[in-house]
Amino acid sequence: MAKTYTSMATPDDAQNMRFITATAMGLLSCHQCGKLWQDAAQGQRCAHCNATLHSRKPDSINRTWALLITACIMYIPANMLPVMVTSTFFESHQDTIMSGIIFFWVSGEWGLAAVVFIASFLVPLLKLSSLFILLISAQQKSTWRQLERAKLYRMIELIGRWSMLDVFVVSLLVGLVQMQGFAQITAGIGIVAFGAVVVFTMLASISFDPRLIWDNEQVTVDAERLAVFDNTMDGIAESQKGTQ
Amino acid sequence: MREISQLIACEHCDAVFKKLTLANGEIARCLRCGNELDRNAQERHRHLLPLTIASLIIFVIANSFPIVEMELQGLHSQTTLIGAVVSLATEGISMVALLVMATTILFPFMQMLILFYLLVPSKNPDERPGFSLLIRMMQTLRPWGMIEVFLLGVLVALIKLSNMATIIPGIALWAFCMLTIMLTVVVSFNPRYLWQLEESGQ
Repeated sequence: MAKTYTSMATPDDAQNMRFITATAMGLLSCHQCGKLWQDAAQGQRCAHCNATLHSRKPDSINRTWALLITACIMYIPANMLPVMVTSTFFESHQDTIMSGIIFFWVSGEWGLAAVVFIASFLVPLLKLSSLFILLISAQQKSTWRQLERAKLYRMIELIGRWSMLDVFVVSLLVGLVQMQGFAQITAGIGIVAFGAVVVFTMLASISFDPRLIWDNEQVTVDAERLAVFDNTMDGIAESQKGTQ
Repeated sequence: MREISQLIACEHCDAVFKKLTLANGEIARCLRCGNELDRNAQERHRHLLPLTIASLIIFVIANSFPIVEMELQGLHSQTTLIGAVVSLATEGISMVALLVMATTILFPFMQMLILFYLLVPSKNPDERPGFSLLIRMMQTLRPWGMIEVFLLGVLVALIKLSNMATIIPGIALWAFCMLTIMLTVVVSFNPRYLWQLEESGQ
């Protein structure tokens, strides 16, 4: 069951989907317990749960860029180098991420080929390109498709972990197929790069602040807007008058 | 520094809304970006402690028994999750061994232990040492526990091997299936709502 909160914008704002933000009101929200604070400074501790208060994640754009570029660099060896080496009595052959998928496809396991293709190839590619779009549009303070970008961010947070699939497959095969001289599977160096891509893209999406998507439309908080908030807002309106 | 308890800000877009009282199980979403603003988690909380204890027990089973046994021309081979991690480490791919160990053993185990500690009733819940630090740890660990991805990985590996060898699923495989279902419920609980419970005097 979903319940919608009443918006605090004026009828005109509501029509234009303009919202008043905590930052515009001079409030800081605690990212840990969710409490809202007035007259709190950046970097001050939340009086309720002792987490550090920030209006935005510190240095979000730069950190996300650094992690994203690292992930992009690792993406190349992750796909070029073998992730798994199978040695039998007669031969030894190396598998990359892609050749593993092709093996499933050729041997008729189409469902499985699709699962691995999505988790190991599409998801990392989608995450890298989504983060590029999110970062560039946030830097430009673009108003282009903000709701879709917010949904895109939530989606990459949700699906990012699934690209660890191949790391687990290789680990299990390495643990299981250890029949000395007869059949043996060892991990290739590519799996290190692949694991790094997953970890760095996850770190990048964690360090990106989705509030930057919306930071281009500053609504000034005036008495009229606050009046919409009837009595609950009186206290804040008073103190804002005092500071101006 | 003054608390504004009548309002709530969206974590994902910073829009401010008047706080409403939610009935049991109700979820409030942000009008602007659709993110979850608030939730009445009292009802779910009641199932959380028994589920956490059950998950801990199944977690031990899942890690004590072999996941799968393989038979190839008279030769037998089997592995546990820890066995697979050790194989990776001895091969010199210790980075990946660490990553696998952290995401499938260490982090899920820590999450369950912390949740157990936070939920077990005590005489004076206000003086639970480390309450806020542990909730912060839960929030940091949350994206990094990957039992359900691991389970899919096991299935993919099994199908891959079934082409060339006989595969006998072990006890731990069933345990991992159950653990995945239970942890989905346990871990999907946002640690933020533990504050709600603390305030309501639980």
